[in-house]
Amino acid sequence: MSALLAIDGLHAGYGPAEVLRGVDLEVGPGEIVAVLGSNGAGKSTLNRAISGVVRARSGSIRFDDAAVTNHKPSAIVARGLIHVPEGRRIFPNMSVAENLDLGSYRRATARRAQNRERVFTIFPRLRERHAQRAGTLSGGEQQMLAIGRGLMAEPKLIILDEPSLGLSPQLVEQLFALIARINAEGLAVLLVEQNVMQSLDVAHRAYILENGRIVMSGSPADIRANPDLRRAYLGL
Amino acid sequence: MLSPVILIPAILNGLLTGAVYALIALGLTLIYGVLHIINFAHGALLTAALFAAYFTQKLFGIDPYLAAFALAPLFFVLGYALQRFVIGPASHGDDRNMLLVTLGLAVIIENALLYAFHADTRTIDVRYSFETIAVGGSFLALPRVIGLGAVLIVALLLWALLRLTDTGKAIRAVAKEKLGAELSGIDVAHIYAMTFGLGTACLAVAACLLIPTYYVNPHVGNAFVLVAFTIVVLGGMGSVPGALIGGLFIGVVESLSGLYLGESLGQIGIFLIFILVLLVRPSGLFGERA
Repeated sequence: MSALLAIDGLHAGYGPAEVLRGVDLEVGPGEIVAVLGSNGAGKSTLNRAISGVVRARSGSIRFDDAAVTNHKPSAIVARGLIHVPEGRRIFPNMSVAENLDLGSYRRATARRAQNRERVFTIFPRLRERHAQRAGTLSGGEQQMLAIGRGLMAEPKLIILDEPSLGLSPQLVEQLFALIARINAEGLAVLLVEQNVMQSLDVAHRAYILENGRIVMSGSPADIRANPDLRRAYLGL
Repeated sequence: MLSPVILIPAILNGLLTGAVYALIALGLTLIYGVLHIINFAHGALLTAALFAAYFTQKLFGIDPYLAAFALAPLFFVLGYALQRFVIGPASHGDDRNMLLVTLGLAVIIENALLYAFHADTRTIDVRYSFETIAVGGSFLALPRVIGLGAVLIVALLLWALLRLTDTGKAIRAVAKEKLGAELSGIDVAHIYAMTFGLGTACLAVAACLLIPTYYVNPHVGNAFVLVAFTIVVLGGMGSVPGALIGGLFIGVVESLSGLYLGESLGQIGIFLIFILVLLVRPSGLFGERA
């Protein structure tokens, strides 16, 4: 089985600072893969390099059997790789419905109405608020909208960058259930999280990122069992 | 207090003048709202548009109002290309550099026009230049009444574009959330260029509305853009309704201060308003507070 996303020896950074120093990572079709790591480990830079917002200095990124290294973000979206960014980045001045419309700006434009209906079924709260300005939504609703906007493009792989940040424990619970649900429909998920325990519960495989390098990868059980990691990352 | 016989025509005439100001300000505020830069080339591009309207009438005998339908798309393409292939690439990924590039463009365009057409002031003759129509006892210049109607139509079209089309929604999205837009598959460089093109197309329409009653020389655009900038600040930087209402308001202010202070001092009122807005409400009438 060839990987849906294959990253090989990826280096990236900002100005003189190198943040990623040779990252290798794979996501297979239908997999949930978690990337775990502390603040500043390079998780967001990794996501931004995959989605084309930050340039890769060396290394390669392949998606769906095509090289996408340093392609424009819009071209990467067109291939079906959707990045739901940290901090949601919804359009605060526009209605919920307009935010969703723009999720299908580049892809699946013809199936906008039926995909919107699907998003409303997953997130009934968004249906209630479809005419409301997105900036007036609560944090949890904004996160739903950001994920819903991503789903509008009918992605093959969705990157969720810190989706649980700033949510109440109850909402975090719902969020992880949702991730399992969209994955069950066949969507591959790259989950980048600080919320280690819950990510390991839902993921099929996980990588640990430290100082811009992958220091360990394996099944959630392997990672839980590693004594060093338990101390350093899991706080156990 | 002046009698209503003088005051009402002055207000009406102010509204008519203000309409064209509003159109110029609309282009400026749209570019500011999305690219977050003051387009210093706005005045020079208006001058270029006035020359274009002048020559289509002089050389081909095409009425300026008719020419607007050709010049607006032409200037849209010109603005798109300028942003996409000159201003954007020359800024090297730092949006703040765009400001300086537009300043450089303004110098180049103005001097190219000066070189080509010299400093002479030119006018066209159309039969309706001095025609008037009577509205409730006031006589209004026909070209200016047409101007007001055209500006309202352009504003309505622009509103519909921004609200109802995917491109328009993408423009509004890029204005407020660039990264979120990029990650939704919106090509920001393309949207910047579309916005710049729309702003430049507004200038082409404004030029066609102005040329029947106004003149053109290589520096004429700057005076308009100074007023347009005041309107943008008054209406709120980046606010489309602000530019429209601000433009009409500034037109009336200019007309009334001309009436009370004398024609040559008419513009003083505009700049008094400008200073007053900066002191009292720097975010403008429709602007969001920082």
